[in-house]
Amino acid sequence: MSPAASEPATTVFSRGLWKDNPVFVQVLGMCPVLAVTNTVMNSLVMGLATSFVLVASAIIVSLSRRVIPKQVRIASYILIIATFVTMADYIIQAVSLEIHRALGAFISLIVVNCIILGRAEAFSSRNPVFRSVMDAVGMGAGFTVAIVALGTIRELLGSGTWMGLPVFGPSFEPWVVMVLPGGAFFVLGLLLLLVNLIGVEK
Amino acid sequence: MNTEPLGSVFLNAVLINNFVLSAFLGICPFLGVSKRIDTALRMGGAVTFVMLVSSICAFGVNLALEWIGAPYLQLISYIVIIASAVQLVEMFVRKFSPALFRALGIFLPLITTNCAILGLALFQTSKGYDFVQALVYALGAGVGFALAIVLMAGIREELELATVPQLVRGTAIVLIVAGVLSLAFMGFAGLGA
Repeated sequence: MSPAASEPATTVFSRGLWKDNPVFVQVLGMCPVLAVTNTVMNSLVMGLATSFVLVASAIIVSLSRRVIPKQVRIASYILIIATFVTMADYIIQAVSLEIHRALGAFISLIVVNCIILGRAEAFSSRNPVFRSVMDAVGMGAGFTVAIVALGTIRELLGSGTWMGLPVFGPSFEPWVVMVLPGGAFFVLGLLLLLVNLIGVEK
Repeated sequence: MNTEPLGSVFLNAVLINNFVLSAFLGICPFLGVSKRIDTALRMGGAVTFVMLVSSICAFGVNLALEWIGAPYLQLISYIVIIASAVQLVEMFVRKFSPALFRALGIFLPLITTNCAILGLALFQTSKGYDFVQALVYALGAGVGFALAIVLMAGIREELELATVPQLVRGTAIVLIVAGVLSLAFMGFAGLGA
C-alpha cells in the first residue's frame, strides 16, 4: 500500500473509491459502518462528516509532516483529528439537532475511526499536500458510498423505507433482524461477498 | 451517583452489552487480529490493560476538568491520555517482547483508535460510575472484548480446515460468523434486570 511517488493524482484519488476502498477492501472504520447504518440519512451524515475530518486532517498532517517528531506522531495526529471532529460535531448540531441525537456518541467516536489515523500514518505523513488531499477525498468518497449502500439495504429491508419515505407499501413485513446488530454484520458480509464476486483483487 | 451492584456492572459489560457484538466498538482489531487464538488472547490482554489504565486516567481527568470548570475539553483530554498510554505500552512491548510486537503489527498503534477504549471512557462518565464501579466496568469491557475476539479466533481456526467456498473466503465469512455470534449474544439480554 505504499504508492510509488510517480503515481498520478487521479490514481491516488480513484484508489480510495474502488481498488483500496476503505470499507470493502481494507475493512477499516467498521464501528460507524455497522453502528449507524440503520437509516440512510444517518449513514449519509456519518459519511460526509467522516470525509470532512479526513480531508481537513490530511491537509494539516501533510503540512506538518516534517515538524512532528516520529515518537509523538500518533498523539499529534489524534489531536489534529480530535479538533476537526469537535468542529464536525458542532456543525451537525447546528444543521440538524435531530440527526445529532440519532448519531449520539458515534460523532465523537469519529476521532477513533481507523481510516482517518490509518491514512494519516500511511499516506499524508509522507506525501505533499495536494496528493494527500486527493487521497483523503477518494477515501472519504469510497467510505460514504459504502456506508450509504449499507444504510440503503438495512433501511429498505428493516423498515421498508428509504430516507424515511415508504417504499414497499403497508403490506410489507419489516425484517427486524436487519436493524439489530446481527443484521449489520450479515449485510456487510453479503456486500463483501458481492465485491468478491465482481472481483476486486485483494 | 450510580448505585448499580458491581456484579451487574461486570456482567453487563461482558455479556449483555458486549462491546464488540452489540455496541460495535472495537471492530477493527476484532476482524484484524482474530486469525489465531494466541494472538487474539494477547490482543485481548493488551486491550484490557489499556482499558484499565485509561479508565483510571479518565476518572482523574473528570475530577480535574470539574475542578477547572472546562467540561468541553473532555473528548480531547481522553484522547490524549489514551494515546499516551498506548504509546507507553507500545514502547514497553517493543522492548520486552519483539515477537509479540511483530505479531500485533499495525494493530498496536491502532489500539489508540480502538473505539472500545474511548467508548469506555465516555460511557463510564455518562453512567456516573464511581471509582470502583468504573474499574470493574473497564475490566468487564476488556474481558468481554477478549471473550469475543477469542471466540472468533477459535471459529476462524476451525474455518481454515473447512472447505469454505472461494467466494466468501476472507472477511465476508468472518462478518457472517460475527453476525451469528451477535445473534447468539442477544440471548444474554434476558440476564439483565
